[in-house]
Amino acid sequence: MTLTQQPVPARAGRAHEPQRPRVGVVKFASCDGCQLTILDLEDHLLALTDRFEFTEFAEATSKRSSGPFDILFVEGSISTPEQAIEIVRLRAVTKTLVTIGACATAGGIQALRTASEHEAFRAAVYPSPAFVDSLAVASPISSYVTVEYELRGCPIDGHQLIELLTAVATGRRPQLPDQAVCLECKRRGYECVVVARGEPCLGPVTQTGCGAICPGMGRGCYGCFGPREGANVASLAAWYVDGPDGPRSPVDVGRLFAGFTGAAQPFRDITDRLGGRPAMPLRPAIARPPELVGEAPPTWGAPTKRVDDAHD
Amino acid sequence: MHTTDLRFQVQNLTRVEGEGSLHLTVRDGLVSEARLQIFEAPRYFEALVVGRTPNEVIDIVSRICGICPVAYQMSAVHAFEDLFGVEVDPATRALRRLLYCAEWLESHALHIYLLHAPDFLGYPSAVELARDHRQLVADGLRLKQIGNQLLALLGGRAIHPVSVRVGGFSRAPRRRELTAFAPALREALALSRATVDVALSLTPPSFEREPRLVALHDPREYPMNQGRIVSNDGLDLAAQAWPEAFHEVQVPWSNALQARGSDGLPYLLGPAARLVLDHEQLHPLAREALDASGALESIRRNPYRSIVARGIELVQAAADAIDIVDAYQPAEAAAVPWQSRPGVAAWATEAPRGLLFHRYEVGEDGLIAAATIVPPTSQNQAAIEADIAAFAPRVLDLPMDQATHTLEQLIRAYDPCISCATHFLDLTVDQAAG
Repeated sequence: MTLTQQPVPARAGRAHEPQRPRVGVVKFASCDGCQLTILDLEDHLLALTDRFEFTEFAEATSKRSSGPFDILFVEGSISTPEQAIEIVRLRAVTKTLVTIGACATAGGIQALRTASEHEAFRAAVYPSPAFVDSLAVASPISSYVTVEYELRGCPIDGHQLIELLTAVATGRRPQLPDQAVCLECKRRGYECVVVARGEPCLGPVTQTGCGAICPGMGRGCYGCFGPREGANVASLAAWYVDGPDGPRSPVDVGRLFAGFTGAAQPFRDITDRLGGRPAMPLRPAIARPPELVGEAPPTWGAPTKRVDDAHD
Repeated sequence: MHTTDLRFQVQNLTRVEGEGSLHLTVRDGLVSEARLQIFEAPRYFEALVVGRTPNEVIDIVSRICGICPVAYQMSAVHAFEDLFGVEVDPATRALRRLLYCAEWLESHALHIYLLHAPDFLGYPSAVELARDHRQLVADGLRLKQIGNQLLALLGGRAIHPVSVRVGGFSRAPRRRELTAFAPALREALALSRATVDVALSLTPPSFEREPRLVALHDPREYPMNQGRIVSNDGLDLAAQAWPEAFHEVQVPWSNALQARGSDGLPYLLGPAARLVLDHEQLHPLAREALDASGALESIRRNPYRSIVARGIELVQAAADAIDIVDAYQPAEAAAVPWQSRPGVAAWATEAPRGLLFHRYEVGEDGLIAAATIVPPTSQNQAAIEADIAAFAPRVLDLPMDQATHTLEQLIRAYDPCISCATHFLDLTVDQAAG
């Protein structure tokens, strides 16, 4: 194989290409796992880039665009003042805005902190919190702008992403399941972890789309696709506290709902009543807590260039 | 004295959203300071795990990074089992290493083919690279896919797998599930060897320095799940003792805490450090690839050679995975029972990007009282700044776009997490009279 070097900066695209839908992928506070799901569509990735022009996808390309976008995938929750401004700007240049994943759709696990807890969180992690710019609460995208479609999950499911792209491109509604994980688990013939192992599972109240992964791997669902609309969450929580395989302490049950979609209202209602969100007060953990230093970063130890040596 | 401030505006960096920037201060053509600013929106994971059970922590900390979730799960699960005195089945130990091999395959293939190779060849992304070298990119995607498929086989899904539990796994694969996957791993081995050849054919910018390298070391195996912390300047201590040799500082220009040695100096983690410190523990096939490359010394001295190091570690991960699959005998139970015990749980493992240290204080109630998590990228931050300070004088006379590109490529050579790992420097120059 001969690899030839191209001139820097990179080449422009080919002139004869037809206009493809312009797709952007952006992120706010998140782990990158949902946009990585796009790159993990290995069998489809090159075909997708033939049909859609990814004009903004910082995880994958150096070509940048601030818009306009036909479709914009948004990962992550809004957690800083700058992000709050940026999402409003992005909305204005986007036709169809799609949130991808639990952070963008429900706030993510970082949304478990409440406004009153924010200072304690900052002080637990940073010696000088004043240098760290962060909003009091981490919020889903829909708290700031209108969202056309939401893909759930922590992370999202790649096939749902392809379905959504295809549907939007052809002008039809995407077919996304709205049943419970529990139903999908039964359909797949998995052993029920609640019945067989006495392990609590959020499958009955969680929207599917994952393929009932957790019960399939022999453990309870932790609700990363979020509460299914209309699910009787309170009843399930009460059943785990007092039910036939109980009793459990309320806070143990509360913690089940304090996960990656724990800020979604039906789940938050449970932790408001039972507890289970991060314990307060918080304190730094390590024997030697981080300190604030203001000096220039150290060099490798034998500085190659010393300012003192410079002559006028 | 003539001072020029060069400000490199960084638009996207190390799991960072919003503007980050690289600030160089130049006096008389000499770089006196390099500041890599990271504006990652903080998510406060160390606070989020307080009040949780160990198994909940394993699920939560994987969300720190979508590219290397297994690394976070592994450092956590080993820390808890070490504190609780849990003796896992040998099959569990093998499966954990196999899971880690899968993550190294996925992560290294992603970095080499989708992020780093386009740099060397002058393309803005793998998409453009694929127009001229479709088979090359297809091979890289296939290699990445095999890693992801193995992750899903063991953990239910490739990103944030769900099966790792204190004591073992929630479900362990049957022998025939793994043997059915062996052909894919042999394909991965062949693709990995080809990757080393590709990486060796890429010409690195010339740059040499003498870095301090730190990695885990285990005389029996190439380090992944366990080992002592060693360095090329004589450090040798238990992984739990990380805080004795290193500490974190907050710098006003970054939202990521920086780790430094106890002498305040930077150190470098990752594939190059592992190869230099642990090459005698490589799988014979990986050792063969390293010896044939003759690149060990240039990997140590030139950060741009990290792409070769990752290629050799792909061979390591694929060959190791094949051996584990061939020898696999399932345990009687996927997990052994365990009991919590109060105290300090600490451990380090080798994430694809380098040593990942976790420390948890577990209370009498079995819940986490406090946590410290030190990711490899935060530890490499000071090393990256040191390298930029040493390298930047060579590019100051170049046209701005070339200077920017070369510095971007240098930062990307550390694979400092994916969202930063693309072309992000937008160079502007402020001239200031000194």
